[in-house]
Amino acid sequence: MGRYVARRLLQMIPVFLGSTLLVFCMMYALPGDPVRALAGEQTVDPAQIAALKKDLGLDLPLWHQYWNYLVNLFQGDFGTQIASGRPVAEIISEAFPITIRLALFAFTFVVVAGISIGIFAGLKADTLRDRGLLILTLLLISVPSFVLGLVAQSFFAHQLGWVDPNVSDAAPWGELILPATVLASLSLAYVARLTRTSVAENLRSDYMRTAVAKGLPKRRIIGVHLMRNSLIPVVTFLGTDLGALLGGAVVTEGIFNVKGVGYTVFGALKSREGSTVVGIVTLIVVIYLVASLLVDLLYAVLDPRIRYA
Amino acid sequence: MTIIDTTADAPAPKGPADDGSGPLLDVRDLHVEFKTRDGIVKAVNGVNYNVSAGETLAVLGESGSGKSVTAQAIMGILDMPPGRIPQGEILFRGQDMLKMSYEERRKIRGRKIAMIFQDALSSLNPVLSVGYQLGEMFRVHQGLSKKDAKAKAIDLMDRVRIPAAKERVNDYPHMFSGGMRQRIMIAMALALEPDLIIADEPTTALDVTVQAQVMDLLAELQTEYNMGLILITHDLGVVADVADKIAVMYAGRIVETAPVHELYSRPAHPYTRGLLDSIPRLDQKGQELYAIKGLPPNLTRIPPGCAFNPRCPKAQDICRTDIPALVQVTERDGSALPGRGSACHFWKEQIHG
Ligand SMILES: Nc1ncnc2c1ncn2[C@@H]1O[C@H](COP(=O)(O)OP(=O)(O)OP(=O)(O)O)[C@@H](O)[C@H]1O
Ligand code: SF4
Ligand SMILES: [Mg+2]
Repeated sequence: MGRYVARRLLQMIPVFLGSTLLVFCMMYALPGDPVRALAGEQTVDPAQIAALKKDLGLDLPLWHQYWNYLVNLFQGDFGTQIASGRPVAEIISEAFPITIRLALFAFTFVVVAGISIGIFAGLKADTLRDRGLLILTLLLISVPSFVLGLVAQSFFAHQLGWVDPNVSDAAPWGELILPATVLASLSLAYVARLTRTSVAENLRSDYMRTAVAKGLPKRRIIGVHLMRNSLIPVVTFLGTDLGALLGGAVVTEGIFNVKGVGYTVFGALKSREGSTVVGIVTLIVVIYLVASLLVDLLYAVLDPRIRYA
Repeated sequence: MTIIDTTADAPAPKGPADDGSGPLLDVRDLHVEFKTRDGIVKAVNGVNYNVSAGETLAVLGESGSGKSVTAQAIMGILDMPPGRIPQGEILFRGQDMLKMSYEERRKIRGRKIAMIFQDALSSLNPVLSVGYQLGEMFRVHQGLSKKDAKAKAIDLMDRVRIPAAKERVNDYPHMFSGGMRQRIMIAMALALEPDLIIADEPTTALDVTVQAQVMDLLAELQTEYNMGLILITHDLGVVADVADKIAVMYAGRIVETAPVHELYSRPAHPYTRGLLDSIPRLDQKGQELYAIKGLPPNLTRIPPGCAFNPRCPKAQDICRTDIPALVQVTERDGSALPGRGSACHFWKEQIHG
C-alpha cells in the first residue's frame, strides 16, 4: 500500500511538468503578448516595448522562460501579474475559495440527490417510477449545461425574480444555490443512473438472497449488504467527477458572473497573463490528481478484492 | 461499519398446535408459479413432503424439477413477483408460515430454519469479512455486541474445522478455498442451532474429495444437534450415505417417496427406475450409459395426464389423460409399506414386476 502511494505520487511529477509545459506553450503560441495588451489601443514606441519585455524576461526563448517559471514556482513564487502588479498567488487565493465553494456545493448535491434518486429507482427497477426517473436523467444528460444555465437564469432570475441573475463578489452560499444546481445537473444524472443500475444488479445477486435467508431486517439488508456493494462503482465515478466539476465551474461562473477561477482565467487569457493561467491550471491539475489518488485508495477500502501493490 | 440495527432477542412464534409430536416441517399441496414473458411457469404443482427432527430428507430430480423453488418457498425467499404461491400450506411446528406476517417469518429465518446454498462464493457477501457475516447472526438475532459476536464467529469457524479460525476471522470470502467457503456457509446456517436446515446442492460446486468431507461434516453436525435436514441433490451416491428418506421430484411434483434403501432396491415409479439406471456403475464399465430419453417438460405447457408420459417406457392411454395421485405403495399382499408412495398409474407393475 505504502509503495503504491509512493509510486502514484512519483507519477504525478511528469504529469505536473507536462501539463504546465502544455499550458505554457499554448500561452506562448497565442498572438499578442501581455505588454502589448497593457498598452491597449495606444501606439507605443517599439523600443520601449522591447525594453519592458527584456525586463520581464519575455524575450527569452520558450524553454528558458519555462525554466525560470519552474524555478520560481519551487520557491513558492507564482509570479506577478504584469498589468496590475499583484502577485499571482494573491489572485489565486481570492478566486479559488469561491470556485471550490461552488464545486463543493454542487458535489454535495450530486452525492445526496444523485445517490438517493439512484437508490429510489434501482430498488424498483423497471417500474413506472424507475422509467420516469430514467427519462428525467436522460434529459439532463442531453441538454448542454450552458443551455440549462441560461434557461434557469432567465426563468428564475428574469421571469420569476426569485434570485439575482448575477452572483455578488463575495459569492455567499445562498446565492450559489442556482449556479450549483446547474453545475451539478449533468453529474447528478450520471450518478443517479450509475447507482440505479448498480442497485438493481446487486439486488438480484446471490448474497442478497442469503441476507434475506439469514433473517436480517430489511433496513440492514439494504443499508449494509446492498449499499456496501452498490456504491463501489459510484464512489469511483465521483472521484473522477470532481475534476469535471471544477472544469464545469468555469462555464457556470461565466453565466452567473461568479468571480471565481473561471472568471479570473478568462480575464487573464484576454490580457495574456501567462503566469496566472499556468498557475491556476496547474493547481486544478494537482487537485484532480490528488482526488483521484484518494478515490483509488478509498476503492481498496470499500472492495477488499482490490489490492494495490 | 455502522450498526444499522440490532433487533432484540424476541422469542420466535410458537404455534398453539405444536405439541411436539408432529413433523417439524410439513409441506402440503404446495404450488408455485412464475409469471414470465413466455407465459406462466408452473414450477411447483402440489408438493407434499415432511421432515421430523433428526431426520434427513433427500430431494432428488432433474434440473428444473422445482427442488430449489420449493426450498425457496419454505425459506420465504422466492422472488415475488414474478413468483406466486396460489395454493398450499407450509406448516412449521404445526403453524402455516404462509399466513404469517413478514416479521414473524423473518424471526424464523436463520434462527429456526436455515439454508445452505450451492455456490458459497456468490452467496457470501464479497465485501464483508466472514467474521462479520457470521457474527451478524448473533448481533441481529440475539443482540450481542460486536466483540462477543466476533468471538462466537471464531467458535463457529472452529466447529466447522476451519484451520486457524482466529487468524482468518477477518478474511474475506474470496480468500478461502471452495471447501472452506462451503464450511463457512454451513457455519452460518448452524450459528443459531436451528431446528431445520435446507441444503440446496451443498457440494455440487466442490471437487470430489472435498465433497465427501463437507457432506460428512454436515451429517455429523446434524446428528449432534438433532436437526431436521432437507438435502437437495442430483447425486444419488451422496443420498445413499446420509439420507433417511427420499422424495423424487418431476415437473414440480413428488412422484415417489420412500425410505432410502427401499427406493434403491425396489423403485415404484418408472422415472425413479430411470434415474437409478443412469448411475454409472463399475461393473458395467465400457457399456453405454443409460439415459432417460427426451427432455424435461416445458413448465409453461406441462403435458396432460402424467407429466412424465412422453418419456415413459410404460406409458398407456390413461397416462395421457389422468393425473396419477401420490398413492400408498403396498406389498403384493396389500400390506402397506410405511413411508412409501408413488404417483404412477402402474406402480404395481413397476415394483412387483
Ligand atoms: N425467479 C424465477 N422466475 C421465473 N422462473 C423461475 C424463477 N425461479 C425458478 N424458475 C423456474 O422454475 C423451474 C424450477 O426451477 P428450480 O430452480 O426449482 O429447479 P431445480 O430442481 O432446483 O433445478 P436444479 O437442479 O438445476 O437446481 C425452472 O424451470 C425455472 O426456470
Ligand atoms: S403414470 Fe404412466 S406415464 Fe406416468 S410414470 Fe406411470 S406409467 Fe409412466
Ligand atoms: Mg436448484
